[in-house]
Amino acid sequence: MKEKAVVQGFSDNLEARNRWGVIWQVLFQASTIVGIIALVALMLNIINGAFGYVAYQARVDPDTLAVDGVPLTEQSKEQLLALLKSKISSGAYTTLDKAKPFADRTREEVYQLVVERVIRPDIVGVWNLWPSLTQANEIRATVAQEHPDAELDFVSWLTRSFVARPQTSEPLTAGVRTAILGSLWTILFTILLAFPIGVGAAIYLEEYAADNWLNRVIQTNINNLAGVPSIIYGILGLAIFVRTLEPLTSGELFGLVDPTTANGRTVLSAGLTLGLLVLPIIIINAQEAIRAVPRSLRNASFGVGATKWQTVWSHVLPNALPGILTGTILAISRAIGETAPLVVVGASTAISFDPNSPFSKFTTLPIQIYQWTARPQDEFRSLAAASILVLLVLLLSLNATAVLLRNRFSRRF
Amino acid sequence: MTGLALEKSVEKKASAINLRRKRRWGETIIQSLLFFSGFFSIFTTIAIVYELGKEALLFFQMPQVNILESLTTTEWVPHTGKFGVWPLLTSTLMTTAIAMLIAIPLGMAVAIYLSEYADRRVRSFLKPILEVLAGIPTIVYGYFALTFMTPILRAILGRDVVQIYNMASAGLVMGILILPLVTSMTEDALSAVPRSLREAAYGMGATKLEVAVQIVVPAALSGIAAAIIVGISRAIGETMIVAVAAGAGPNFTLNPFEGAETITGHIVRISGGDLSYNSIDYNSLFALGLFLFLVTLTLNMISQAIVRRFREVYE
Repeated sequence: MKEKAVVQGFSDNLEARNRWGVIWQVLFQASTIVGIIALVALMLNIINGAFGYVAYQARVDPDTLAVDGVPLTEQSKEQLLALLKSKISSGAYTTLDKAKPFADRTREEVYQLVVERVIRPDIVGVWNLWPSLTQANEIRATVAQEHPDAELDFVSWLTRSFVARPQTSEPLTAGVRTAILGSLWTILFTILLAFPIGVGAAIYLEEYAADNWLNRVIQTNINNLAGVPSIIYGILGLAIFVRTLEPLTSGELFGLVDPTTANGRTVLSAGLTLGLLVLPIIIINAQEAIRAVPRSLRNASFGVGATKWQTVWSHVLPNALPGILTGTILAISRAIGETAPLVVVGASTAISFDPNSPFSKFTTLPIQIYQWTARPQDEFRSLAAASILVLLVLLLSLNATAVLLRNRFSRRF
Repeated sequence: MTGLALEKSVEKKASAINLRRKRRWGETIIQSLLFFSGFFSIFTTIAIVYELGKEALLFFQMPQVNILESLTTTEWVPHTGKFGVWPLLTSTLMTTAIAMLIAIPLGMAVAIYLSEYADRRVRSFLKPILEVLAGIPTIVYGYFALTFMTPILRAILGRDVVQIYNMASAGLVMGILILPLVTSMTEDALSAVPRSLREAAYGMGATKLEVAVQIVVPAALSGIAAAIIVGISRAIGETMIVAVAAGAGPNFTLNPFEGAETITGHIVRISGGDLSYNSIDYNSLFALGLFLFLVTLTLNMISQAIVRRFREVYE
């Protein structure tokens, strides 16, 4: 009798318990869906910004610039130069020539200058993709009414020439080549610093280090460094590479005093700063890869009389290499996306010429995105969206390489 | 040849080999190079502490700066010698709190779903999505906060209530940024709880929810606490989202819909221009950096200590 009551009580609230189970399961699932929605919204928002209608008004009609019936777009470099010289002040012309001699500029560059300085298209309205698709007629009506002379075009801000053009202050002719090259130069020095030291440290900690207090301190320290906010590394870079090591990072030590270089705020300083930033990540990833190589391989190598280093070099490293490279690529893609430390180290706000040495001033893709995002005008937001797409494609291809490496070469023991 | 003779000849050969350990200079050099690489990270830490400490000390020695005053006043205007640190602190805490309000419940729910409910097919689809979210540069999240979250907040709550730059949208997006971190650390902790504990609970007649919430979560509590602390540390140090979306200029307010500069946002703004060395701005940067470093370091070490101390060891 008593037993039955217990069973009765047990199943009494079973229904309620199951109901709660279902309710919470739905909540858990919903949270997951919220995460996915966030990612989708992020992507759509970027695409929304990168395409759409632009209304612009030329201050000088390009048709009036035709010489002997040859339209502007087909004129030679010499004709364009003559045009440029006649339309802008001689002072401005000399400044341009000093920045980069006209003899060294291609026809395309001169044409950009003509568009920028002579035709001077003024953006009078920018619309994102969504309103451009849904309210095209309203947009046309507004533009026709408010700016009767303006031209309305549906543009993709991300074009091949956007990637190939240098940075300018005019949104219609601005590009990200300077920033991409800056990113690549910076990353080069990041890899040069962080890869050898990172892998070396991982080998030391996994293969050589005895379990004593010093090595425990080193390991703990690496774990802690991985959690230090990136902006701290920026401050460190400012103090050490930009200020203390200025003779080295500005190239003075090598007799390369470039008048355009802003003291130590160079590609080299930026790369080394990011190198310090990703070093702990590379070490931790490489350690995991080395740890995955089985003991038996090492013992076999020792058994045939190999020394410690011979074992590491010929057996441990080749087997751990795919893992090490994957980890390094992931760390590098983190470095490519970093903005805050480079702002602190002193990225340049406006440079339109490609970096060509370790001692050049620099800007990088994320810095460029930051500067464009921070400006209130819509056209710069669209440029930011287009450069975010460039950055994401770059990162995606790096990550795809990492995944391929992992799947293609990794061995299971 | 007889067995005995063979044995003798082997013995003879063995005695000819010098069994003393040979000094290999190449090995020694390589080993010291490797040790140097390992020790390099110690230099980094020393450099951080030394440089930040040195310049911060200079900052506190300046006649305009008074620690007591800066802890009790609410205005941060370096040019007029006002160093009340509260506006920077409150906005940092506000954005962090909003971010964790999003990241903790969502992160725990996603982690419980992934670890306890989702089958393998769903997991293999969801985990890469979380990894993608974690791999997106923070400046992209900043763009997202400014061009997506802020307009939405302004549309819902009214343009008079929500300023163009506000802490709420920066905090919300920061929550999304930290979500994958909290999720993956929590999920690791949940997955480490052995199968047998769950089976035992099922055997007692527990429902799936009861197993997840009353058995697995408590067993993984130390790992979950560590995840939350690491998330907080990440939120405090997060820079680009607040620099883009939370507003420029220190502002002492507890209203999340107003703009206010956080510590990290302030560092980015004042270092963006050409900063001259030995100026009060330059030194204040290091003082703020040192504070940030100590806070995040403490949080990270607490998190590691929790994991070490309270880790349940299962067979």
